[in-house]
Amino acid sequence: MQAKTTILSLPKEEFVHPGTRACTGCGLAIAYRVGLKALGKDTILVVPPSCLTVLQGLFPIASTKLPCLNVTFASTAAAASGLLATLKVQGKDKIKVAAWAGDGGTSDIGLQALSGAAERGENFIYLCYDNEGYMNTGVQRSGTTPIGAITANTPFKGKLQQKKDVPAIMAAHNLSYVAACSAAYPLDLFDKIRKCVDMPGTKYIHIHIPCPPGWGYDPRYGIKIGRLAVETGYYDLYEIVNGEFKLTAASEKLVEKHKLIPVREYFRAQSRFKILTDAQIEDIQKQIDAKWASYYKKDE
Amino acid sequence: MHIIENGNVAAALGVFLCRANVIAAYPITPQTPLTEKLSEYVESGEMKAEYIPVESEHSALAVCIAASSAGARSFTATSANGLLYMHEQIQWAAGARLPIVMCVVNRAVGAPWNVWNDQQDSISQRDTGWIQIYCSDHQQIIDSVIKAYWLAEKVSIPIMVCYDGYILSHTYMPFDVPDQEQVDAFLPPFKPDYALNTEEPANLNTVTLPDVRMDVRGELAHGYMEIRYLLHEEMRTTLTVALEAEKRFADIFGRSGDPYIEPYLCDDAQYVAVGLGSLTYQLRVSVDALRKEGIKVGVMGVRFYRPFPDAAIANALKGKKGVIVFEKALSYGYEGTLASDLKSALYEHLAGTDTLPVVQNFILGIGGRDIRTEDLTRTLRAAIKDRISQEPVWIGLKL
Repeated sequence: MQAKTTILSLPKEEFVHPGTRACTGCGLAIAYRVGLKALGKDTILVVPPSCLTVLQGLFPIASTKLPCLNVTFASTAAAASGLLATLKVQGKDKIKVAAWAGDGGTSDIGLQALSGAAERGENFIYLCYDNEGYMNTGVQRSGTTPIGAITANTPFKGKLQQKKDVPAIMAAHNLSYVAACSAAYPLDLFDKIRKCVDMPGTKYIHIHIPCPPGWGYDPRYGIKIGRLAVETGYYDLYEIVNGEFKLTAASEKLVEKHKLIPVREYFRAQSRFKILTDAQIEDIQKQIDAKWASYYKKDE
Repeated sequence: MHIIENGNVAAALGVFLCRANVIAAYPITPQTPLTEKLSEYVESGEMKAEYIPVESEHSALAVCIAASSAGARSFTATSANGLLYMHEQIQWAAGARLPIVMCVVNRAVGAPWNVWNDQQDSISQRDTGWIQIYCSDHQQIIDSVIKAYWLAEKVSIPIMVCYDGYILSHTYMPFDVPDQEQVDAFLPPFKPDYALNTEEPANLNTVTLPDVRMDVRGELAHGYMEIRYLLHEEMRTTLTVALEAEKRFADIFGRSGDPYIEPYLCDDAQYVAVGLGSLTYQLRVSVDALRKEGIKVGVMGVRFYRPFPDAAIANALKGKKGVIVFEKALSYGYEGTLASDLKSALYEHLAGTDTLPVVQNFILGIGGRDIRTEDLTRTLRAAIKDRISQEPVWIGLKL
């Protein structure tokens, strides 16, 4: 097993210039900065319209030091395939291709192209940064918005449907590597990218991204809220290596601890969940407990 | 080497000879035999290229866009709804100034479903910033593909090579297949000004403001409007570059023609029929018949539809009594788009003179409705004898 990266062993080289256009306290800014460190300089990026398009800056100034192709919303994974084919015919097989797309660009409009690329076994890493809504267009619901969240187009009742489980969909493509990460645990993200980057075929990494304007909390609490999502057992950090599911990092430790923080604390820290009733929260708590009961059982 | 093959194979051979190295395609009738042929070339190892069997046409063009951005010579082909499904990517490829070549095997668009030939698909993409070339036979298909790569890479604008589904795609005709050495002499390897690479990283197609903006060195960079103006301006310049392409082609392959228009018996004609694609060759038969009746009529195929060779067209039609435009597509709620464009060119160049011809417009062959030569002859004769109507007239309607 590779040694875990610490804040001291993290590479010093930066691939994102300081002073990006990200919102104050943006979780993506953390994940992107650390993620690019893990990918390194021999990487070409593909980015569809999303918060990252804004973070990257306005022409002719860009905040990213790696080559990057901005593409249409639905075409991220197909564009990555085109880059891979070109690198192959140019004999530049060592150059990596990494796609960074938001949750709308992944779970909704980009899912077909992603599924196609994964089925073809395109050798690239796809990172979905999941801030649980169309935040760049003003906080509308997406396929990964959780049940109960108020958004600009679920304004009174909150979203009535479950969050789409994109990592599970990707795992169903029999990928060599699928992982769930969080911006609140950037070093875990770093290690997972490094672990999978040379694995064959398509690699999928899902990153939970706290979003101050979209979720409704003071920007300084982003990491705290991201951690609460994990410590309440609501959002789990895991990896699926060649089909083998395993909790990782902070979530793995929770199994040993055998104790979760009540999910109420996570919900009550964000204004987007303000319409969730105690009964609804109790319901979600039961689902979390059932899920974790199976984790505990597996661990026995 | 002369061979007898179908139009799709003519296109595939052109792509093969141009050494395209990234090909992506999604199946749609009547394009499929073309891309199947390319997959054969690649899988057998005859062609050194990557062939990506994508899950949609939107993705097919995404592959070409990314490949072209990274320096590959890319190709795709489609028809009808496949082309419409690409629409966003079509605009993107033009805005990003990528020299992609795409064959459009013309077919009617749904609804209702129809797999037969008309030209509504490519005509509906007229205003996307792509060069459009229309072919009338198999020799033109293979030659146009080869010329298209040279031209597209010269001006950094993508090109649609359009040819009629079935009428050309699935019929067999003799044509000359150039030698590889000739094509290599005509078409140098693709070397874009910038291709995505890790040594000189660039961020392509970032958000661009309405106005110009200073870069980090204090130099002004284009705003969106400047970028779009240059696309238009350089499209217009392409008309001149196309002449250069034609001359180079003639020098190496020993055949050439007018890149914009293809006139037949037009010099002394008082009336000229105008159209796009294989229809204009069928119209030659009607012209021959009417000439025997003593009617001075010719036919002119428009090969370059965008950029529109307005001056060449106006010059060719100057002083004619009448121009009769036959079209397998239209702008719903008005008339055939070629008729509109042609009237605009005539007005621009001949208004106020006594050389301005009367223009009539006929719509025909929509959704593969049989176009019978005797109907064409009868219509042409009637239109010449007596102007039929201000409105476009649909030939062969059974209402």
